[in-house]
Amino acid sequence: MGLFVILYFAFLIIASCLAAFYEKRGVFMMLFSLTLVSFILGIVGGAGALRFIAIAAAVLAFAAGISYAFKEFLVIIAPRNTSKELKTAPLTAAFGMFVIFTYAIAGIFAPWIAPHGESEVISSAFAPADANMLLGADQLGRDMFSRIIYGARNTVGLALLATLAAFLMGALAGLLAAVKGGWFDQFMGRFADVIMSIPSLIFALLMLSIFGPQIGVIIVAVAIIYAPRVFRLTRAVAGNVVVMDYIEAAKLRGEGDWYLIRKEILPNSTAPLVAEFGLEFCFVFLLVAGLSFLGLGIQPPTADWGSMVRENATLISFGDITPLIPAAAIALLTVAVNFVVDWMLWRSSGLKEQ
Amino acid sequence: MGDIASLILKRLGLGLITLLIISIIIFFMVELLPGDIAQAVLGQGATEENLAALREQMGLNDPAILRYFQWLGGALTGDFGESVVTGERVSAVISDRFVNTLFLAAYAAVIAVPFAITLGVIVALLRNTLFDRVANVLTLTSISSPEFFLGYILILYLAVKAQMFPAIASLSGDLSLGELLNRTFLPALTLVLVVTAHMMRMTRAAIINLLASPYIEMARLKGTPPWKVIVRHALPNAWAPIINVVALNLAYLITGVVLVEVVFVYPGIGQSLVDAVSKRDFPVVQACCLIFAATFILLNLAADVGAILTNPRLRHPK
Repeated sequence: MGLFVILYFAFLIIASCLAAFYEKRGVFMMLFSLTLVSFILGIVGGAGALRFIAIAAAVLAFAAGISYAFKEFLVIIAPRNTSKELKTAPLTAAFGMFVIFTYAIAGIFAPWIAPHGESEVISSAFAPADANMLLGADQLGRDMFSRIIYGARNTVGLALLATLAAFLMGALAGLLAAVKGGWFDQFMGRFADVIMSIPSLIFALLMLSIFGPQIGVIIVAVAIIYAPRVFRLTRAVAGNVVVMDYIEAAKLRGEGDWYLIRKEILPNSTAPLVAEFGLEFCFVFLLVAGLSFLGLGIQPPTADWGSMVRENATLISFGDITPLIPAAAIALLTVAVNFVVDWMLWRSSGLKEQ
Repeated sequence: MGDIASLILKRLGLGLITLLIISIIIFFMVELLPGDIAQAVLGQGATEENLAALREQMGLNDPAILRYFQWLGGALTGDFGESVVTGERVSAVISDRFVNTLFLAAYAAVIAVPFAITLGVIVALLRNTLFDRVANVLTLTSISSPEFFLGYILILYLAVKAQMFPAIASLSGDLSLGELLNRTFLPALTLVLVVTAHMMRMTRAAIINLLASPYIEMARLKGTPPWKVIVRHALPNAWAPIINVVALNLAYLITGVVLVEVVFVYPGIGQSLVDAVSKRDFPVVQACCLIFAATFILLNLAADVGAILTNPRLRHPK
């Protein structure tokens, strides 16, 4: 039994005693059950398992701390109304916002942050990490770290553009369908049904096989695939607004469709639409990452997370985790957006009961 | 029972029409190709004679409508024409691989469905406890991870470091069932992780929705023991959403399988679709897309029919 194990258990027991003394029941239960679990794990897995738990707990505590600090920071710099809302945000949402903020910084300032260019060959293939290259080199000898930073700009930027395109198409069609009704509404509804009954990845592959993997084609394909979902939601939300009296009044005043959409319907349906934008971004991001993993996304030498995983996958069979970092970056951003969307949905709807 | 049969027939008819429209989309999408198929296959440097010969061989000189009906008729009898790259019959290439893919999906489904539904019900009963929170974060993480991320993590830890399962799922030679299950375990596990997360969340939502309804409250208030509330009152009404959840997630498996097959180099139809896309082998692409779309629609249809059978209210549409 090394010093680490003794310190580990001493810390857990003292912390749970303190929690019990100050009557923090939740904290106490968590700490004490962790202690009991650690006894068993310590016997089964030895000090290695305990070290793993300690590292995981430290990472969690670090994430929680940074999210809390970031939330307080946002509360202070935000204008009064927003900061009131922000105060109610759970830690997970704050964590999500922090991650999104970090990615945005990395993406926008990529050329200044990355030590090397994205397609600059500076060393031999699969060179190990050193002081010059934080994460080593990829299969052509380019700096992995710089490519990951540039990937934040390319991959996320592409997903964002595609989501925007899908959203504009879907929301516009949904609003028009709600205002116009009649055959236009019917036709768009059936059309959306047909598109949604083709699996998204398959449809994307079909379109890319025909028009070739160019960025413009990817954006249009993704927009066509995901616009129907946005259409359905917008149609449902706007459908509830269109029957209101103030819409009737505006129609009687002789306002046109465009005015109704812009001034009456949109302001009353922003909350669900913003949340949907987040969800939609997650779907699009995963689809685009999947496509580029299959070699049909952004074409080399532009840095892109999905294809980076594929190109360096051989390293995995040597037990190296570097190729997984871009994949983890994809997962982290999706989780972060989901956290924020969860909070927004919870805030704007009746999900509070759950 | 008569109206149930007619209702189901109506759904089936609707499904068939959707499939027909999709086949039209898949076929005529290729017609949108700048130039035509012959041009795309042979590339820029093709001579006029070569182009003409290939057009003649593929029957491209017929009008598109005629070719569509020929293609559709062939597809219905299992004949998808010839690959333009290798010249083999598409059906010969695909049929074995389709069986492999179905095997992988079935393997994953057999593990995932009971597991996910049990966990989903447990999480719904324990809602708002620490266990529920942890499960929520874990399933969210699993949903948010791309399939290839999960696949490579499993390869790294279970195949490379622990050496428990093979990293590459090659199915060559005669394999006993045990060997087969062992070799395909990692791809199946990847699919299980993704699908379980989806299914658990949906089951949880469905059960919680149900537990909030007044008749459950009534059963509780009259003093029914908790297990009886679940088994006698909640479960009969929960079948409809659960069947729905299962069918929808099996449909989700169909797309998830493409990426997983590529990660594990599994000889399935998803892999041949991806290969065909990068080689621009259109007959294979069309055949694979049609098969995937048909399976997807079939499973969605099964969800609808299951919902009708278990929920009497749906038998009398307003």
